[in-house]
Amino acid sequence: MRTADLIAALAADPVPEKIRLGPRFGAAVAVGLIGAFALYALFVGPRPDIGEAVRTVRFNLKFVDAAALALPLLMLFVRLARPDAKPGALALWLVAPFALLAAGVAVELAVIPRAEWLTRLIGQNWMYCTTMIPMMAAPILAALIVTMRHGAPQYPTLTGALAGTASASLAALLYASHCPDDSPLFVATWYPLATLICTGVGALAGRRFLQW
Amino acid sequence: MAGADNKCAGARNASRSGTKAIMSASSAPGPADDPWSKTMRAAMAGDEGAYRRLLIDIARIVRGTARAAFARSRMGDADIEDAVQETLLAIHLKRHTWDPNQKLGPWVNAIARHKIIDAMRRKAARKVAPIEDFEEFLAAPEEEDPHALSDAKRLMERLTPRQRDIVQSISLDGQSIAATAARLSMSEVAVRVALHRALKALGAAWRRSIA
Repeated sequence: MRTADLIAALAADPVPEKIRLGPRFGAAVAVGLIGAFALYALFVGPRPDIGEAVRTVRFNLKFVDAAALALPLLMLFVRLARPDAKPGALALWLVAPFALLAAGVAVELAVIPRAEWLTRLIGQNWMYCTTMIPMMAAPILAALIVTMRHGAPQYPTLTGALAGTASASLAALLYASHCPDDSPLFVATWYPLATLICTGVGALAGRRFLQW
Repeated sequence: MAGADNKCAGARNASRSGTKAIMSASSAPGPADDPWSKTMRAAMAGDEGAYRRLLIDIARIVRGTARAAFARSRMGDADIEDAVQETLLAIHLKRHTWDPNQKLGPWVNAIARHKIIDAMRRKAARKVAPIEDFEEFLAAPEEEDPHALSDAKRLMERLTPRQRDIVQSISLDGQSIAATAARLSMSEVAVRVALHRALKALGAAWRRSIA
């Protein structure tokens, strides 16, 4: 086929499909969250002492941290749907959750005696944490990847990794209300591990499904 | 990301020298009012003539970019036109990822860069063994070398007969949508939909040929 022939075929189809990426990603996050919440309701559920927990700084810090990671990640991810995307200042916001967590760890180390550090770090629920977060992240990741197939990301693997990380941080937002371990030492160890699993799965999915 | 950046460097430099004019992009509020962006908006509103002129223009620029990138990597000219065609098809199928408030040029450039790198990777993967090993085969008479077909032509074979008929009628034979519809006793809308699906299928087939 000569290029002129291809152009003739393309020109006969001038009006594109009505695909508005913004609303589509909004719907994807909603659908993914519904799936994650269903899994939460079925298998996880809130911790029994949640009424008292909400009055502690450590408990609330988990949500602030997960949200601070999820928001800029999701916005970055959506931006990458365009091939000429530039991360811009948005990428700098990703420093916030890490700074916040580091500050939490520093304070914890200062106020808790050395003998208790390891106990708090290991906590009670690390196994559950590293399996439940990826499980609840799965529907969110799937929805994000399916929707991103309408996009044209310049770096499919990176874009998938971002989707995995974002879905893990949203899942962590739910999981945090179940987890009895509130110490920043625990959070800074096991949450990132659970998140990295999702990042890896997302990267593989991106490589596989986001080529265009 | 650093690794991907390095791999892109060749094509990016090439595109910089090839298309300096369209690289001077800045984001301004409101719809971009450079000629390309205006033409693309007209095309997306249904102006086939405007779209054709724009695609011819883009093809010319992308060809220059691809030629520079291929030359830089000492790759020869054989697959340049495939890269151009693949870029045009991707532009067509991904038009909705263009933000009308941004200039069209950088968006086209990004797609061209992506597709030129794909084409170069594919070509590198297809590197053939030394010719001595094949001398006996080469001496034998051959009907037609399948590798002499352009990628686009080979991929056309993966379309359904009806899709192929419609694409060929409109592209190779230069028929209008209306004439094609009359010949196949289909409605014009049905032909448009079938054409769109065929182009999408062509894009998907191209993607599979890379994987």
